[in-house]
Amino acid sequence: MKSQAPILIIGAGQAGVQIAESLRQEGYEDELLLIGNEEHPPYQRPPLSKKWLIEPGAHSALSLRGAESLRRRRIELRLDTHVSAIDRAASQLQLANGERLAYCKLALATGALARALPLPGAALEQVLSLRSIADSAAISAALRRCAAEGRPVVVIGGGFIGLEVAASARKLGAAVTVLEGLPRLMSRVTAPIVSEAFERLHRSHGVDLVFGAQVTALVGSAGAVEAVRTADGREYAAGCVVVGIGVVPDDRLAAAAGLACDRGIIVDDCARSSDASIVAAGDCTARRLADGRLLRLESVQNAVEQAKSAASALMGRERPFRAAPWFWSDQYDIKLQMVGLSHGYDQVVTRGDLLKPAFSAFYFQARRLIAVDSLNRIQDHMQSKRLLDHGVSPTPEQAADPLFELQSLLKDAKLATADGA
Amino acid sequence: MPQVTYIEPDGQARTLGLQAGTSVMRGAVDAGVQGIEAQCGGLCACATCHCYVQDPWLDKLPAPLDDEKLMLSNVAAERRPNSRLACQLIVEPALDGLTVQFPDRQS
Repeated sequence: MKSQAPILIIGAGQAGVQIAESLRQEGYEDELLLIGNEEHPPYQRPPLSKKWLIEPGAHSALSLRGAESLRRRRIELRLDTHVSAIDRAASQLQLANGERLAYCKLALATGALARALPLPGAALEQVLSLRSIADSAAISAALRRCAAEGRPVVVIGGGFIGLEVAASARKLGAAVTVLEGLPRLMSRVTAPIVSEAFERLHRSHGVDLVFGAQVTALVGSAGAVEAVRTADGREYAAGCVVVGIGVVPDDRLAAAAGLACDRGIIVDDCARSSDASIVAAGDCTARRLADGRLLRLESVQNAVEQAKSAASALMGRERPFRAAPWFWSDQYDIKLQMVGLSHGYDQVVTRGDLLKPAFSAFYFQARRLIAVDSLNRIQDHMQSKRLLDHGVSPTPEQAADPLFELQSLLKDAKLATADGA
Repeated sequence: MPQVTYIEPDGQARTLGLQAGTSVMRGAVDAGVQGIEAQCGGLCACATCHCYVQDPWLDKLPAPLDDEKLMLSNVAAERRPNSRLACQLIVEPALDGLTVQFPDRQS
């Protein structure tokens, strides 16, 4: 008999792998099992909507951590394994194959699901969404086929995934229409001035952008999609349709087991769920902030940092995740980097060249910096990240003044350490 | 295969034979070298594969491009003259023996 059941981690993506690694770093010596429901070893998702669409490569190039890495840390990995229920009373997992696995502690890193289009025709062939390696390969093939056959690609949703797919489709030579329901791109997360820069960028690359488009149906023949219909009676011909309308946190197992969930597994800033022996990290979570609001973030940084918190929590230690959230998107030759949360801003100032574009938008709330979006302004991004992490705010006037050195505020605060000359 | 030696934050050295064309980051991540996070997976977007290039290799490496230089401007650990991002260092035969050290924190 083993003295103690292992720690089980459900989900072998960015968060799951990081929980396992961090547990070892925190000194956990006993058995550790990482359970993934895909057939592939742990891999990175960000490239799937970026360079991978244009030049898909070997799976190993996406590998998050190699087999040797997991062996070295004694992390056991079970792939293609589906958990059907969490039995909290017995501290066991029920697997789809009938097997039961006991745990001493449990970590949930179940990720998110692509939000499905709740419309007629959504199940037609060549209606695609992006989440996994297989999805990315299917979209890449569809974009190439459309380019070769001279058929248009229709993207539903003008957010990050939709726009990255649109940019990739143009690079592959396909005609692209983006249908966005709201009046501008990425409206949920950026100021109009940033949306406008991306509108100009995509239009200059030949993308047809349609705003206020209310999609009512996908129509096809012989089982495959041929057009997208909108409420104003228009039909957009389509050789394929890519649906990029966001994700839904995958809290199904947790919710069925009675853990507190609200469109995501509710966790505190130390990644603890409502059950003392269960933690959760990454896209599947909704983090309770000090002011009571729930924050849902879908990003690598969130997965990695929450996972570190989760591992500490499993070891009985508190390691709250409070760093400023950051995120990035690549579209054509523009690198968009975002740090902080701009929600609730009352002032935006810019620094740099709006038309090139190479500028940053600084978001303020009551004259305090809360977020920065940078387009090809890496240095602004890196400096802003440090400013926000250390709670140091420039004034809006300083942020807008290209001659003012943001770095000097860090030096003043004796935070610049040895950042270099 | 060119050999690359990684010095982990606790001082332990690991030498790996890597295929030419592989990035120094990829080699470390695949083998589970400690001290690297590589959050963005090699897209030069996160600066969490920061390393110090040991003598005499710094001058033998292609100089950093602007993006890398800018990312290096605010790495989490101390930035030194021999700081580079491992995702931007590509292994080639002439770099056989390359030695890099990882700092104690990446984020």
